[in-house]
Amino acid sequence: MKLNNTKRKNLLTYAVVTVCYAVFQMLSLGGNLSSTLKGMLVPICAYVVMAISLNLTVGVLGELSLGHAGFMSVGAFMGVTAAISLQNVIVSAPLRLAIALIVGAVFAGIVGFLVGIPVLRLNGDYLAIVTLAFGEIIKSVFNNLYLGLDSRGFRLSLLEDRTNLHEDGRLIIAGPMGIGGIEKIASFTAGFVLILICLAVIFHLVNSRHGRAIMAIRDNRIAAESVGLPVTRYKMMAFVTSAAMAGAAGALFALNYSTVVANKFDFNTSILVLVFVVFGGLGNMLGSIIAAATLTILPEALRGFSNYRMLIYAIVLVLVMLASNNEQLRSMLSRIIPKRKEHTHDA
Amino acid sequence: MKTTRKILSMLMALTMIVALAAIGGTAYADGAIKIGGTGPLTGGAAIYGNAVKNAAQIAVDEINAQGGLQFELRYEDDQHDAEKAVNAYNTLKDWGMQISLSSVTSKPAEATSVEAYTDRVFSITPSASSTATTEGKDNVYQMCFIDPAQGTMAAQTIAAKGFGSKIAVIWKNDDVYSSGIHETFVAEAAEQGLEIVSDTTFADGNNTDFSVQIADAQSKGADLVFLPMYYDAASLILTQADNVGYYPAWFGVDGMDGILSLEGFDTDLAEGVYLLTPFNAWATDERTAAFVAKYQELYNEVPNQFAADAYDCVYAFAQACEAAGVSADMSREEICEAMIAQFSTMSFDGLTGSGATWDVETGRVTKEPIVVIITDGIYVTVD
Repeated sequence: MKLNNTKRKNLLTYAVVTVCYAVFQMLSLGGNLSSTLKGMLVPICAYVVMAISLNLTVGVLGELSLGHAGFMSVGAFMGVTAAISLQNVIVSAPLRLAIALIVGAVFAGIVGFLVGIPVLRLNGDYLAIVTLAFGEIIKSVFNNLYLGLDSRGFRLSLLEDRTNLHEDGRLIIAGPMGIGGIEKIASFTAGFVLILICLAVIFHLVNSRHGRAIMAIRDNRIAAESVGLPVTRYKMMAFVTSAAMAGAAGALFALNYSTVVANKFDFNTSILVLVFVVFGGLGNMLGSIIAAATLTILPEALRGFSNYRMLIYAIVLVLVMLASNNEQLRSMLSRIIPKRKEHTHDA
Repeated sequence: MKTTRKILSMLMALTMIVALAAIGGTAYADGAIKIGGTGPLTGGAAIYGNAVKNAAQIAVDEINAQGGLQFELRYEDDQHDAEKAVNAYNTLKDWGMQISLSSVTSKPAEATSVEAYTDRVFSITPSASSTATTEGKDNVYQMCFIDPAQGTMAAQTIAAKGFGSKIAVIWKNDDVYSSGIHETFVAEAAEQGLEIVSDTTFADGNNTDFSVQIADAQSKGADLVFLPMYYDAASLILTQADNVGYYPAWFGVDGMDGILSLEGFDTDLAEGVYLLTPFNAWATDERTAAFVAKYQELYNEVPNQFAADAYDCVYAFAQACEAAGVSADMSREEICEAMIAQFSTMSFDGLTGSGATWDVETGRVTKEPIVVIITDGIYVTVD
């Protein structure tokens, strides 16, 4: 079977993810994994999904988004709300988790669509600023949102708790206190499956007619428009897909902890995910996955340095960035690794 | 571009291997009972994390110096974030933690206490004051008052001592601590017949300019402003109120503790501020004086109430361990059962109050709060 480079690269990505999953799952079941690493498996999966979904917006669509954590937040709050509401209805935890992830993805997708309507008519820096503002708005909304559930159904109020729940009711989202008492149903396997699904969606989208149109818009918007491509529609397609995946990641992340607050998904988290993407290479999904995993583990691995931990973390970031852009190092490595004959475009 | 990617991937794979190798496994030391705790040692809330860590270390050193019972203390940074707190907790678990000081701040403590409950690690938090920290967990206790209790006690104190009758409240509506206290304060104020004339908020992004909130309180004639918040925001409010010439009585809760050691803040502005706190560093009793002197000698600052709470936590451990005959070779599950039995029945005398007892059901502490007024740059207890 003849494979072109893109397909080979995609297969390699699936293979790396699967092998990593198999190794860590076996280590974990065999009890050979430290608690630290075991505790980080699910968040790593969530960050990986965040990174590859943002890579769709930044790398493939070519638009800088600084509010990706906003979608994660929507997914986290809506997904957890769904999981809590269904606690007594659906006994099976994996099923409840799947529903929570879907609910998170759908809500984030809807929000992505609504945000996309005004935002995607902008370009470059303007879009970056508006997405940044969006992230702050989402944070502010969830910080002031009170959502309860009792026998009468959902009760919603803003700014202060006026839900007046019955005795049997439960206040799910409690404004600045976020959601507490979450049953931890997220699992490493679910995270792995989510990564595979997201990869499949992205690879199929990128290799389709739509994907080529999206990349054409990235490379030259005016040329793409002149041949009749509906720019906003294609931008929207990539943006909403990206938002929905971030929503699922948010739900997975939140269901791994007993508590979640809106302030967790702030500007810093958006930037962190952007760092994963840039670090791993724009448009390079495998790079994003490795970067997200590495940069999530790194600060924990550096705990031995105690007070200098975050300083060393930052220095490592700078060094890797410098090294990866060093011409001499590149040419040296390209001599060691023979070049492939086929040549594909950069995607 | 292809080569770049390849190099990047290789570099990252390398980093990952190093990273994985650096994460160690469980190791038990001989002789000392291992106490672990997480707290914000860096970032915005670092003053609390470091105070707790330093004071706990003083207590551990004192106990170890007496011979007999031996403790080993390790603190990990959680940057006031639930996710990082769980990571820090797991690191401590790998280290072989047998008893936990839980987390310093509320949300991280909520997350780590669930882990501690599952793993059967006995925990007492010096300073995480939300109710959710201990709720439904038989092995998690608190040394500090819960947030809602502070709101109630503040309203009762203001009414009983007649500090003011027209009250303004400025609170942070995206903060668990602040909103928790605000809620019960408003409820209790109504009970006590206090009139709340102004109720204004701020949040993370707009926490530098308080002119609107201050003007609202001033125009409605508030004679006491209640500030259920941490000292950093409070210091700005005091400064900005001074700028517009507004001098009501100010009333803070335990988060206000620390305002006197804030750099760049004119402490004259804090004169006359009332505080509800379990600990007065200028109290004259022997134990407090010795602790404060020791803390000042080592860390060159006056310890705040979080430090005192942490100091008490370690001594409470020591008292319970001695009474139950806990030794370093016991597993954390065994220690947990022994400690629960002790804490649910014992009475503890510490820096933050004598005769402290714990409620078995909720893990909450019962002790008397004190009200202090800042006079000449120190706290003076109000009788």
